[in-house]
Amino acid sequence: MIYFDNSATTKAAPEVVDTYAKVSANYWGNPSSLHNFGEQAFNLLEQSRQQIADLIGAKLSEILFTSGGTEGDNWAIKGTAMAKREFGNHLITTAVEHPAVHNSMEQLKQLGFEVTYLPVDANGRVSADDLRAAIRPTTILVSTMAVNNEIGAVQPLAEIADVMRDFPKIHWHIDAVQGIGKGLADLIFNDRVDFVTFSGHKFHAPRGIGFMYKRQGRKIAPLMAGGGQERNLRSGTENLPAIAAMAKALRMLLTDEAAKVQRQREIRLAILHHIETFAHVTIFSKDLPVFAPHILCFAIEGVRGETIVHAFEEHNIYISTTSACSSKKHVESSTLQAMSIDEGIATSAVRISLDEHNTMAEAEEFNRVFDQLYQQFAKLR
Amino acid sequence: MEYSEIMVRYGELSTKGKNKKDFIKQLGHNVRKALSSFESLEVRAQHDRLHVTLNGADSAAVMDRLKGVFGIENFSPAVKVDKDLDTIKAAVVAMAKEDFQPGMTFKINTRRQDKEFAYDTYQLNDLLGGAVLDNVPGIQVQMKHPDLELRVEIRMNGAFISGQTIQGAGGLPVGTGGKAVMMLSGGIDSPVASYYGMRRGVKLDMVHFFSPPYTSEQALAKAKELTAKLAKYSGGIQFIQVPFTKIQETIKEAVPEGYLMTIQRRMMLRLAVAVAEMRHAKGIFNGESLGQVASQTLESMAAINDVTSMPILRPLLSMDKTEIIKVAEDIDTYDLSILPYEDCCTIFTPPAPKTRPDLKKSRKFEKNIDVEGLMKEALDGITITEIRPGDNFLNQNEDVFAELL
Repeated sequence: MIYFDNSATTKAAPEVVDTYAKVSANYWGNPSSLHNFGEQAFNLLEQSRQQIADLIGAKLSEILFTSGGTEGDNWAIKGTAMAKREFGNHLITTAVEHPAVHNSMEQLKQLGFEVTYLPVDANGRVSADDLRAAIRPTTILVSTMAVNNEIGAVQPLAEIADVMRDFPKIHWHIDAVQGIGKGLADLIFNDRVDFVTFSGHKFHAPRGIGFMYKRQGRKIAPLMAGGGQERNLRSGTENLPAIAAMAKALRMLLTDEAAKVQRQREIRLAILHHIETFAHVTIFSKDLPVFAPHILCFAIEGVRGETIVHAFEEHNIYISTTSACSSKKHVESSTLQAMSIDEGIATSAVRISLDEHNTMAEAEEFNRVFDQLYQQFAKLR
Repeated sequence: MEYSEIMVRYGELSTKGKNKKDFIKQLGHNVRKALSSFESLEVRAQHDRLHVTLNGADSAAVMDRLKGVFGIENFSPAVKVDKDLDTIKAAVVAMAKEDFQPGMTFKINTRRQDKEFAYDTYQLNDLLGGAVLDNVPGIQVQMKHPDLELRVEIRMNGAFISGQTIQGAGGLPVGTGGKAVMMLSGGIDSPVASYYGMRRGVKLDMVHFFSPPYTSEQALAKAKELTAKLAKYSGGIQFIQVPFTKIQETIKEAVPEGYLMTIQRRMMLRLAVAVAEMRHAKGIFNGESLGQVASQTLESMAAINDVTSMPILRPLLSMDKTEIIKVAEDIDTYDLSILPYEDCCTIFTPPAPKTRPDLKKSRKFEKNIDVEGLMKEALDGITITEIRPGDNFLNQNEDVFAELL
């Protein structure tokens, strides 16, 4: 089996599953309990937090655990809206965000907030000038993704940081769910960003766990009220087995990151340069530095995306239509729509997404199957 | 860049006249202690500067340790090259390129110890400045307050080139200011006060009051862990735990509620003074900040201070809580301090302690207890632990967990 759908989810690493099992079996005390058994769990919780903080260059108190990317996005946005409501009601984001951001914004709109969606260019990227023009005295939040989940466009975070430095009071959130471990740390952990959200299962940790970086001193309202865990910001008994497993998965992910990224980049380009030679292929994630090393989105004219997915599946190759979250709803890609891509071609789009375990041999096998399927699809045109 | 030595400049001690020798000796000792885990190093404390020869040791790790040593004004990593003009030129240009950012200005500052060297300082400034101008596009010369000062020293044993200057911890070398006892609770304030005490050169012994089962083992471990954090400023700290349970129980029975806190504090101070006398210390430090809580009003201080004539030093006296928190974060004690374990100060706190206790009444109520007997018993039960930087007390499983993570 060739698994090229790592932006949907990744396989939990065996070492990570091992940690999950050991912590479940041996350290199941409640970290809030006063007795020694709870204390051990608390120490493991904080050691996991410290490891994650060290790995991304943050402080211990700046790491907060969540249930995943969707919660993190909801929290950064709604938590800011609640905490900063007296300072304004205007929110800015991009037209190509994940639904966790987009639909949070839409919910807030119904509550009376105003939302600006920044347009994107042909590569799916916003412009810093548009951002600057959109900022109002009432703006309280700017939310931009690091890497687009559908086509892999990397937003111009350095330029956005320059703009945001002129507006130090506005919260800036980066959804980095697709960006961790992809050689983008300097862009994501810049000196201006306030909130960054992550999902564990995108980097070989279990489901149902994620974390948020929150810059020290920035205020956010809790969405989960309760027993006061996570510095009174996110209540609920801590999911310690998953937290420890995620700390391990992150360490493994970031070991030799540069070499792993380079390999994914080479695999992506090997496929890209092969399929771009075919007349009826359109490539959305081009061979440009503004695209992430692991995502390749393309279309075969006249063939529906789901047909392409199932055709590859018969050859034991797993790819997806543009995003797993919307792929069962038969809607065209929202990112491609925002890029003003013609609807006819957008419905033919599919996505390959790599991880650090994919190999060049798999790329060659993919290309071989591609040639075969391309011939078959010719009959459909 | 591969550095060959770190040049360390002294702080205030340069001005200390005849005591200067002792200061330099103590600083050399403290630097050696702080760097003891690097085997290849040589430390030479000279009259004008201290030199750390790296012999291949990791310069970033060495500089990180130096940042925690009091008595250092600043330091610069330097490269040693042969005393040959072209070699020196190449090294100066390489260093300029490494530190240069668009728009920066620079100057060359040459010192010549080796008077036999073929060029004098003016010629060297001129030749080396010219080389930088030719090879670093966009850089400009500025004599007053340049962004980049490239220092070149022609010594007998080679030419030393340094660029950046890194701020040291300032203050005076720990040990030059005598010895005192610190009353360490485990809260936010006392570690910060300890930091300031050590920064003025005072060697501190920590006194911690321990009241099981009213305070937990974790509260004790937390105080020890805080001491381990602070130990990096002095190399090692003696931690003295004093059993306080019986004294607290006795006071609770015998003293009216409004005076519980005052009498407890008087007993704590007496014990701290007794420990100080035993250990030939000359003063008591604490983390009090005027008006912060009931025990820290001027009236309370008068009622508590009454038990001794030994100097009580309060480095945080006039600081606001927010300022104290900021320093606690900077010295990395804040996260530990806010761990929620009951400590000796909170557990027997009455709902409404007197903010203006009366001195005469304090003395009178104290007659209800056997001060001498209780003190003797407590002093007989003290435990002393030598704590070193990086020692671990709170999380005994750290290594087991590291395997899992």
